[in-house]
Amino acid sequence: MTEPTSEPPVASSETGGSEVGSSIATSLLSLRNVTKSFGAVEALRRVDLDVAPGKVTALVGDNGAGKSVLIQTIAGIFPPTSGEMYWRGEQVHVHNPRNAADLGIATVYQDLALCNNLDIVQNMYLGSELKRHGVLDEITMELETKRLLAELSVTTVQSVRQLVGSLSGGQRQSIAVARAVMHESQLVIMDEPTAALGVSQTAQVLSLVRTLSERGIAVLLISHNLNDVFSVADYIAVMHLGVLVSSGPIANYDTTSAVELITTGASAKVPSMLVRTGQEG
Amino acid sequence: MTDVNEKVEPAATHVDGPTPVATGGLGGQIRVQLKRLRSGDTGLVPITVGLLVLIVYFQVRNSVFLSASNLTNLSIQATIYILLGMAEIWLLLLGEIDLSVGYVAALGGVIGTILTDYQFHWAWYIALPLAVLVTTLIGVLNGILVIRLRLPSFIVTLAGFLIWQGAVIYLVDHQGTGGAVPVQEKVLYDLVGGNLTPVATWLFVLLCVAAVAYFMVRSTQRRRANGLVTVPFFLTLVKIVLLVVVGILLIVVFNANRSTFVTLRGMPFAVPIDLALLAAGTFVLAKTRTGRYIYAIGGNSEAVRRAGVSVNRYRFIAFVATGFTAGIAGLLYSSRLGGISDSIDPTLTLYSIAAAVIGGTSLFGGRGKMVHAVIGGLIIAVIYNGMALLSMSPPTVYIVTGIVLLAAVTIDSVARRGGEQLR
Repeated sequence: MTEPTSEPPVASSETGGSEVGSSIATSLLSLRNVTKSFGAVEALRRVDLDVAPGKVTALVGDNGAGKSVLIQTIAGIFPPTSGEMYWRGEQVHVHNPRNAADLGIATVYQDLALCNNLDIVQNMYLGSELKRHGVLDEITMELETKRLLAELSVTTVQSVRQLVGSLSGGQRQSIAVARAVMHESQLVIMDEPTAALGVSQTAQVLSLVRTLSERGIAVLLISHNLNDVFSVADYIAVMHLGVLVSSGPIANYDTTSAVELITTGASAKVPSMLVRTGQEG
Repeated sequence: MTDVNEKVEPAATHVDGPTPVATGGLGGQIRVQLKRLRSGDTGLVPITVGLLVLIVYFQVRNSVFLSASNLTNLSIQATIYILLGMAEIWLLLLGEIDLSVGYVAALGGVIGTILTDYQFHWAWYIALPLAVLVTTLIGVLNGILVIRLRLPSFIVTLAGFLIWQGAVIYLVDHQGTGGAVPVQEKVLYDLVGGNLTPVATWLFVLLCVAAVAYFMVRSTQRRRANGLVTVPFFLTLVKIVLLVVVGILLIVVFNANRSTFVTLRGMPFAVPIDLALLAAGTFVLAKTRTGRYIYAIGGNSEAVRRAGVSVNRYRFIAFVATGFTAGIAGLLYSSRLGGISDSIDPTLTLYSIAAAVIGGTSLFGGRGKMVHAVIGGLIIAVIYNGMALLSMSPPTVYIVTGIVLLAAVTIDSVARRGGEQLR
């Protein structure tokens, strides 16, 4: 594990200065000062987040830290109360899931939204079926599905005509991810993709995450499992009680500092990037 | 789960690499079928075997059973169950139910019958479509109540069960024809009572067999040409041979003279009507987005909504299709009985659900095919017909039908649980 040297302080000083502009320009997605309130409850407090293109960014935090609210804000489920969102350097407004999808943001929720009674091909193309002479073009859809799964190295399914209900948890997760990236997505948000999976299936999903990143697709990964995070992520962002307390390259963190940040919002090893946590908390 | 060990190896042959054709041969085919069976897709084989067992049993007990005239009669008896079962399947696929379908059909039958009788004397080509239009509008109404007002379809159609029953009795009793309206229009009578000529029967059956065989071969050819896994050629061949055999048997049965004093030959019109609705329903369910979404909604409507599909639109289409099919069923029902009385069998709706479920359609939504109504309807008709030949009492018939239904639902439920455990 890399010893955190002088880098983190530099990173933290960046957030206040003129460097912000350039990080927005180089990031795929940037949030600035995003706040989300549900009545009197502030679920997100002035969150700044940068997601680098083609990289895996892990979003970690304890239950109730605001991870889910944050991704749902990005995905357009509920728009932020205040704050800005930038996509490829341009400010954007995401009001509903359709807006997010149009930008190229795909979200894979924990429930995966698959139809167990349909086969893999049918699930992959659900809502965007191909037609030929007015009827469903099963052959092209099947060929494309096979091609995409092969590209993503999802090789454990026996047949793409298998019912999704008969797949294992890891395979189902893979299908949901494959469906998400099918429509030219730039960013795939995954909510706890390994939560209910065994060891080998977790490895399968994590390798899929790496494959996405190698194909230039950014991944924002919510996870409780720090082992997964440290094995797959390039960047980490830690949330604590609605505040994004620290973020940076994964090399600047280790399990101890991450756990400290998750549980207390601060770490002796990694200076908290947000000075305002203390000011406004 | 031994997932990794067990699945990585076949993946190499199926997903990547030069795509093989007809992998695994017969053994692979059997394994795929077993897997489908365990995952809840029971297929048609068990139920067809059940049908054959019933047929053999009744034939052994009474040799009249397999006579040409009885089999023709059977096909007419089965028609009402088949058509109502098809009407019901549209909603069952969504996980909804229609308890009123029997009386909606009867209402359509009454309207068609009254409007074409000596009193009103409307032209059949206006009256009969109008009857179907009315039942279709009832489907629209049910759809609005269930989708817009979010009422449970069970309750909406339970109310419909009472309302349309009342409407049918009211209409029948106000014709002054003594508690029944007789069919007095030849076209309406001929829907069930009329027959194709023997030559037309030949042509029709051959055309059907040729069409099915053509689509079967073309589909496997196209898959093979694109390097996709298909059923082995000999399996297609076996199916086609079976199809031809069944077709020839049908021709022999329907074209035999079944009357002693006059010549009565040919396929009853009811059969092509059944087949036309079967073909249309199967086409929509298997080949169009509408069908795809109806299955998907029955499986996980939230997933369909998130895929950006208007769930309500497709639910609505299914309600309309149910009303439409019920109307056609009603006309054939009236045709077969020679009219509609004010004492219609109240179990008609239940038999429509039974036909669908016995055939293999799930009550839980998302699983089923139009052909299930055909097989289920035939089974119910075989039980009725066979037990009548054996002079068994109606109570026995009820009990036996009930047991068959229970067996079918048990298979459905167990298969479904098997599918979930596999996940």
